[in-house]
Amino acid sequence: MMLTRFLFEKIDRAGWVFLVLLGIAAVLVPVLNLAVPPGSMFHVSNTAVGLWGKYMTYALLALAVDLVWGYCGILSLGHGAFFALGGYAMGMYLMRQIGPRGVYSHPVLPDFMVFLNWTELPVTWWGFSSFPYALLMVALVPGLLAFVFGWFAFRSRVTGVYLSIITQALTYALMLAFFRNDMGFGGNNGLTDFKDILGFNIQSQVTRAVLFSLSVIALMTGYLVARAIVTSKAGKILIAIRDAEARTRFLGYRVENFKLFVWTVSAVMAGIAGALYVPQVGIINPSEFSPANSIETIVWVAVGGRGTLVGAALGAGLVNFAKSWFTGAFPQGWLFALGGLFIFVTLFLPKGILGTFTDWWKRRGERREPPASSPARQPAE
Amino acid sequence: MLIDPMETQLPADPVQAIERPQVVTQSLLYLDGVSVSFDGFRAINNLSLIIAPGEMRAIIGPNGAGKTTMMDIITGKTKPDTGDVIFDGQVDLTQLDETAIANLGIGRKFQKPTVFEMHTVEDNIEMAVKADRTVFGTLFSRHSAEIWRRVDELLGIVRLGDHRKRLAGDLSHGQKQWLEIGMLLAQDPKLLLVDEPAAGMTDVETGATADLLKDIAKTHSVVVVEHDMGFIRELGVKVTCLHEGSVLAEGTLDQVSSDERVIEVYLGR
Ligand SMILES: Nc1ncnc2c1ncn2[C@@H]1O[C@H](COP(=O)(O)OP(=O)(O)OP(=O)(O)O)[C@@H](O)[C@H]1O
Ligand SMILES: [Mg+2]
Repeated sequence: MMLTRFLFEKIDRAGWVFLVLLGIAAVLVPVLNLAVPPGSMFHVSNTAVGLWGKYMTYALLALAVDLVWGYCGILSLGHGAFFALGGYAMGMYLMRQIGPRGVYSHPVLPDFMVFLNWTELPVTWWGFSSFPYALLMVALVPGLLAFVFGWFAFRSRVTGVYLSIITQALTYALMLAFFRNDMGFGGNNGLTDFKDILGFNIQSQVTRAVLFSLSVIALMTGYLVARAIVTSKAGKILIAIRDAEARTRFLGYRVENFKLFVWTVSAVMAGIAGALYVPQVGIINPSEFSPANSIETIVWVAVGGRGTLVGAALGAGLVNFAKSWFTGAFPQGWLFALGGLFIFVTLFLPKGILGTFTDWWKRRGERREPPASSPARQPAE
Repeated sequence: MLIDPMETQLPADPVQAIERPQVVTQSLLYLDGVSVSFDGFRAINNLSLIIAPGEMRAIIGPNGAGKTTMMDIITGKTKPDTGDVIFDGQVDLTQLDETAIANLGIGRKFQKPTVFEMHTVEDNIEMAVKADRTVFGTLFSRHSAEIWRRVDELLGIVRLGDHRKRLAGDLSHGQKQWLEIGMLLAQDPKLLLVDEPAAGMTDVETGATADLLKDIAKTHSVVVVEHDMGFIRELGVKVTCLHEGSVLAEGTLDQVSSDERVIEVYLGR
């Protein structure tokens, strides 16, 4: 009841297109992959399923970033940390699933621990043989870190560039920590050689197709949650904070609490994205914490359209699609292309692809709705 | 200057517990011996000021006199180095932050009109209307007919009914001033601090603003800062002239504007 009312009142046209296309993809892609023979022109290759599944998790990460940056003005340059932590939580479950099938055939310990001459499982790994526990950690670890970080940062009113820099420092510090062997997370090799997930062979094409569909469903759910937040009265306050933080305080709103809420929700979303990413790519290592990853996510959102949600997801898909093509054609050129793209979008499409498109659409007089709410014309503050 | 300093020696803490002289408990806003320096420059210098419940007060003074800084101190944006700032006879405002002070019932209009430019006019008012201000309260708040009735009423008062669906950022300067006054009213504060409401307005608009403020003053306490003497005369209330961070003169407009020192530092130029 409430859900149907929500769907009809709060989802705009772009949202509907987005949801319907994703819904179709969630069903059609696995069918075309599994049921249509490889020779057919309608067959979707295994590689494509894996690649698109990865894009879906990136899109969810972009959505999380847009929620804080586009709607609350918090430019996070460290969201990759939450993504990676969710990924590590899932990776730890997958490692425990290997059981005695590792190279050293140890019944409990993952290979890298045997290699380090460890004799028992560190406390941090306890419980990860249970899937529900692992799922809880996927949400809890990024959520808790974000909550504690945000509690201090927002209460002491760190904003703007300073906040961006400490988010960047956060992910960098985590990267260095996870590189260390004695942290117990596999050092620079990370976690890999996964065998199965919930008893299903992780390499099998059926499992991979299911993971793809789950990623799409996670993206759709993430969109609905984000949309519910930004269209509520709390969402109006978030935009108010983004555009005039001090004014919002003088109206009697606790700005730090609003920021903390949306920041934590966003971190949990990023964590879930990471958890879906890891079984599909088959590895998680400290490079996922690398500051460059978080910055790349900002580019996706800026390209797609900050403060539009759908645009952020679109940007993640498009930029990564371009990246896959580019790294094949000109392996050295990608970073330059990415930088160039960011400059181009900042200068010529400050509202991103979706924002520019909806403006153009509106000017054609085809839409009567008042504008949703896209951020003031400041691409990066 | 206002009362015998011996009587007003108040221990700094605990603020709530102590006995206060009558002059404190009976005033809505009580500032005494307030000073604040920025990098060694004394913007507010031993300032004392008392606003009675229901009073409207006009504040004048040359640029840089400290009028806006005084409002910053009252609303918690700036913490004074020394002095007492007491609201409603008992609450020590120096211990509270902007949000807490706003929720106590002190509303403020900024010198530079500050509205939420990317929100519609009606949404600006709606966010200001007194209601649950917690995260979860706003997250799950349903459309409230009562709140929107109030929004309609306020839009009428500030004459922005025809513009309610426009983005606040598209309004003219004067309309933004009015919108901000509307937001101020929506908060239903006990005390309104209004910084230069007539700046950038035509004579007709200025007159209308004065009428509006006089109307508001019937049910609220108001402190208005203005440079426009015609506007101040229109208000017809007690005037305080600030200069270099302290009170230079206080009284009716005629008394203040005939004061030698006021003429010298402010009016005479
Ligand atoms: N945050 C601050 N940091 C440094 N100096 C400040 C700060 N706030 C105010 N000042 C200084 O304090 C003095 C008083 O400023 P204030 O804005 O209160 O004046 P005003 O009476 O409102 O003037 P105007 O009529 O021009 O608005 C000025 O010299 C100003 O530069
Ligand atoms: Mg001023």
